[in-house]
Amino acid sequence: MMDATPRDFKKFTRKSLPRVEALAQGHRACQGCGEILALRMALKAMGKNIIVASATGCMEIVTSSYPQTAWEVPWIHVAFENAAAVASGIEAGRKALMRKGRLRKQRTTIVAMAGDGGTADIGIQALSGALERGHDFVYICLDNEAYMNTGIQRSSATPYGAMTTTSPPGKLSIGQHTWKKNVPAIAAAHGIPYVATASPAYYLDLMNKAKKAAMIKGPAYLHLYSPCPTGWRLAPERAVEISRLAVRTNIFPLYEVVDGQYILTKKIKKPKPVEEYLKLQGRFRHLDKKTIQEIQDRVDREYEALVQKAAVAEAEEESTEEAEK
Amino acid sequence: MPKRVGIEVSLAASEAACAADVDVIAADPVTPQTHIVEHLSELVADGELDAEFMPVESEHSAMSACIGAAAAGARTFTATSAPGLALMHEIVFIAPSLRTPIVMVVANRALSGPISIWNDHSDIMAERDCGWIQTFAENGQEVFDLIIHAFRVAEDPEVLLPVIVNMDGFTLSHVIEPIEMLSASEVSEYLKPYNPQMVLDPREPITMGPVGVPEMYTEARYQAESVLNGSKKVIVKAWKEFAKLYGRSYKPIETYRTEGAEVVLMTMGSVTETAMTAVDRMREKGIEVGLMRFRLWRPFPVQEFRRAVKGIKALAVVDRAISFGAQGGPVCSKVKSALYGAPDQPQVFGFISGLGGRDITVEMFEEIVKKAIRYATKGKGPMYELIGVRER
Amino acid sequence: MAKVDAITGWKDLEIGCAIIEPGSSRRLKTGDWRSQRPVTDRDECIKCGLCWIYCPDIVYSPTRNGYFKWNGDYCKGCGICAHECPKDAITMVMEGE
Repeated sequence: MMDATPRDFKKFTRKSLPRVEALAQGHRACQGCGEILALRMALKAMGKNIIVASATGCMEIVTSSYPQTAWEVPWIHVAFENAAAVASGIEAGRKALMRKGRLRKQRTTIVAMAGDGGTADIGIQALSGALERGHDFVYICLDNEAYMNTGIQRSSATPYGAMTTTSPPGKLSIGQHTWKKNVPAIAAAHGIPYVATASPAYYLDLMNKAKKAAMIKGPAYLHLYSPCPTGWRLAPERAVEISRLAVRTNIFPLYEVVDGQYILTKKIKKPKPVEEYLKLQGRFRHLDKKTIQEIQDRVDREYEALVQKAAVAEAEEESTEEAEK
Repeated sequence: MPKRVGIEVSLAASEAACAADVDVIAADPVTPQTHIVEHLSELVADGELDAEFMPVESEHSAMSACIGAAAAGARTFTATSAPGLALMHEIVFIAPSLRTPIVMVVANRALSGPISIWNDHSDIMAERDCGWIQTFAENGQEVFDLIIHAFRVAEDPEVLLPVIVNMDGFTLSHVIEPIEMLSASEVSEYLKPYNPQMVLDPREPITMGPVGVPEMYTEARYQAESVLNGSKKVIVKAWKEFAKLYGRSYKPIETYRTEGAEVVLMTMGSVTETAMTAVDRMREKGIEVGLMRFRLWRPFPVQEFRRAVKGIKALAVVDRAISFGAQGGPVCSKVKSALYGAPDQPQVFGFISGLGGRDITVEMFEEIVKKAIRYATKGKGPMYELIGVRER
Repeated sequence: MAKVDAITGWKDLEIGCAIIEPGSSRRLKTGDWRSQRPVTDRDECIKCGLCWIYCPDIVYSPTRNGYFKWNGDYCKGCGICAHECPKDAITMVMEGE
């Protein structure tokens, strides 16, 4: 797909799912790992003409423990906080070499991947820098809502009320007492061409967004919901179910931001109560009714704000058309 | 014929990177490195250098981007100074482990705190064990030549290690000197295009930077150590070829008027030129003093050093950094350990001076030499001393 | 030669310890992690492929006749396939049964 543009974009359908895998079996992810599942789907969509720069984290250690690698595509790990910077260097290096005639001209997707700690916390500076510089790359945040690799410590992407090993509930604490940082909004604030959220339960949506992200020239940011049975105290077989519930409760809404315009990609008509989502996970077991209500109110408010933003975009489009008439 | 021009040394450093036809430059501005990256961005903006100039948001990302670019097969350059070097510390150690042949100029500056933008060697001494090849330039010509040499050595298939070229901030980086500038075509005879051995390419997918499990971490580190030690012969050979082509010859250790010397001063960097003046002045007065300086700091040239000190009675090592709590400077500590067990070793006296931009004057060198002669006669001196520190 | 374990001499390491054989993790049979395994009733199976697409361990693969073949070498027994199967055609059974 040399120099394919989003105009050439053809959606995957159930019938046309790609068989290609960039990951091999034998990786050491936990039973029911939703993170490697989300990653696998995104990689399937992007094909094998890619180069991946990985942050330190679960995905790094389970795929690259010497002497085995689960990678079927070129892959590099340097450190925790710099996946975006490494990817930007790869992109710049290839760009220079192609211009100077030392590398065959072709478009290869450069991918940076990191967890929520590597994105929302320690890696946010490198991410911001790479987005601002406008490199042609895809950044994938695999959000499992805590530092799972080091033993389930809270991050700024850990949801309100969640128990982690550094946000334990106690006599004086409900657990995590801050609200999840909105990294997709931060990415979108850079004015990059493409931002999207996706959940592995909606695999076609996820894969189509990943493919679109790879095709778009310039920086693209994918925020992938990545359930962690181990860290969330969730039954492994429920990893996909919880990914669906996160969307159906509006806790993790699915949307795109294309050139600054918010587009809801999954409208939930009758959202389920957040309690249905929370009660399946041991990390929320300690929450009382009042806190659950607090979460419900916040989720409702945030979803409404998102709908408004998406609606505003549509309204503006309409008014322009009227003016033209 | 190469032309000799009066040019600020920082700009000459940029011109060297340009003559080496670098592909990627990733850098963040930090005093006193700024003129190097400013000039490189100009060269790129004017189309004189075909490279990607990455104005990254931090030195941590600068080194990370350099690793990415080098892993993609690009010739890569960066420059920094103390706070920037300290910020990239984590990644500095990873570059040699991944065998990415990045070239970095460090415009040496004091580490905070208190914050100081001025020159000493505390920044690079904090990175001395990082696995990079490290050279020190004495003057602008050497800065230019060492950068060209650095690319040649770094990219040698037997080496594939990153190289730091040190130059003193302000006292060297910001002065105008007459420098013979080689053009890109003149350099191309010496420096062939980079031919990477391990490269990120979808046609031949490899995994770089896998987890170093305990069963192989030791071996992984020994690979880096062994290659670094082995690089010395490539370094020396590359200097010899440089001399053949361009007429300027370099060695790991330089000596100046050491014949029959009672005491030999040991220095690194641009202060060496002041020390030469001091040596000349003292020789005129009949004091038998000489001078020795390290051009190559890592890998430490043990054999050359032992040979160079043969017959010398006393060494006065001038450090430009404190190794806190170690009771000495880092260079002096290394010198002492390099001599341990050697036959007829000289007495070694350590002096620390020139911290955070304070000048080391000719008079201070004379004071150091006088003290060293006195200690040598007595057969003992203090563990180390700070020259010019005020008590009140 | 591909390495099976990490015990190696330093001279045998690739430059920068790179791993040059893609997908060499296949040598690590993670199937021995599981206590339960999925069994598909092909009479119930509608060939929708959800077991294949939802498997974190890439254990199912499409076959010519439209069914999906299970690979016990790598299945960790998480049970997602059984849980997500729209026809309840997959059941988890204890190993050894």
